[in-house]
Amino acid sequence: MPIFVEQNAIVVPGDKLAKGDYRALRGTFREGDVIYSSVVGLADTRGTNTVSVVPLQGSYYPEEEDIIIGIVTGVGLTSWHVDIRAPYDGILSVSNFLARNRERGFHAREEDLTKFLNVGDVIFAKIIVFDRTRDPLLNTQERGLGKLAGGRIIEILPTKIPRIIGRKGSMINMLKRETKTRILVGQNGRIWIKGRRFEDEFLVVLALRKIEREAHTSGLTDRVTELIHEEKEKIQAGRHENES
Amino acid sequence: MKADKQEKPRQLIKDGIRLDGRTVKEIRPIHLDVDVLNRADGSALIEMGRNKIVVAVYGPRELHPKHFALPDRAYVRCIYRMATFSVEDRKSPAPARREIEISKVIREALMPAIFVEYFPRTTIDIYIEVLQADGGSRCASINAASLALANAGIPLRDMISAVAVGKVDGQIVLDLNDIEDKEGEGDMPVAIMPRSKRVTLLQLDGIFTPAEFEEALNLAIEGSSQIYMLQRETIAKKYADIRQEVEEELLVEEEVEED
Repeated sequence: MPIFVEQNAIVVPGDKLAKGDYRALRGTFREGDVIYSSVVGLADTRGTNTVSVVPLQGSYYPEEEDIIIGIVTGVGLTSWHVDIRAPYDGILSVSNFLARNRERGFHAREEDLTKFLNVGDVIFAKIIVFDRTRDPLLNTQERGLGKLAGGRIIEILPTKIPRIIGRKGSMINMLKRETKTRILVGQNGRIWIKGRRFEDEFLVVLALRKIEREAHTSGLTDRVTELIHEEKEKIQAGRHENES
Repeated sequence: MKADKQEKPRQLIKDGIRLDGRTVKEIRPIHLDVDVLNRADGSALIEMGRNKIVVAVYGPRELHPKHFALPDRAYVRCIYRMATFSVEDRKSPAPARREIEISKVIREALMPAIFVEYFPRTTIDIYIEVLQADGGSRCASINAASLALANAGIPLRDMISAVAVGKVDGQIVLDLNDIEDKEGEGDMPVAIMPRSKRVTLLQLDGIFTPAEFEEALNLAIEGSSQIYMLQRETIAKKYADIRQEVEEELLVEEEVEED
């Protein structure tokens, strides 16, 4: 059962990865007893009896349990249409939005949905049902989910999200700590940032762009920390100049 | 590079050397690049001889009009378009019969490689803009489109590599340029999936004997394999370059620390 590629090697569609009794995970496919890569990405051969490819390119494709950042694009009688950066619209029904302990039920005849969410509003939501035959259903009834107010949103390649979060959240926690900002990361490649000062938010954007570009290199957290320290100094220096 | 209006030369091949200085089994110089457009999900540029072609890929994305949607797979649309300034006499901007036909054959050449079944009810759009045309523009377009699809992160069974072969002055030659295409005796564009050597496009204009056909097909497969190597390099290079850049930075830092 040979493996033909090294760990973290850059592979392209059609590259031979392994032969024999391996399980072909994401980013790969099997033809006969040979496993090939189906995307541009980094080969992952660490698992026993499994091969996969971590993609470097690609748009967002919804999966159940994903937490995403959506933008409301349409308001219906009992549900909202939400742009989730996927090929399908997300559907957020009122019963999946309003607090569960609400005193009375929702009556479409008496209440208008725009009272809660209007076109252009941003929500942090979870995909609760998606089976590819129908549009994904969203839910915001968990702790931390719901409408987002203020802040700014930037979009990056969804494939780089795991790197933004880092191992056990190491990267994202470092960013929050160093810049004193609130950051929410959606699996669909949207990131919401809210800081006290413009400079803090700017630092995060700078760091995110670096992570996106260098996602396939090692020792990234250290280099990003360094970048933030350098930029912080520049900002400090600029302040002093303005004051004097 | 300005194309001179030429009288038909008496000989297109002299002592085994063609008008542009190539041997009969040589492809034109090729330049490939990916990520050339910011708004597209994937994009590629190809310069193959005097061809200059940009390809943009969007998707999988929501399909409009909705009634085109297929319940079990993605709908692939492909538009091949020549710029008005891409040829010597201004081309009318309206889609010509030729462009519509080429769009169709390119779509069909790419389809076998795409995992369309992963993305039901969606569309994948491929826009091919020919900025400057030379012989073999449909093959060049396929090479670039395949790169752009990979660059968009769309799962593929294989890349697609294409090259034209033809008959010029009674000889089978690889990768026809414009004059050879127009003045030669035959033209045969071929696209293959390089891994499995399966043919996804084969057209033939002219008269070939069975022996000539076989020779031509083998030559095309050989030429496509060369192009495949270039395609692979192009995709991998982008990431390898960033990796190297980062490593070099680290090396410099280490040296500074040692000092």
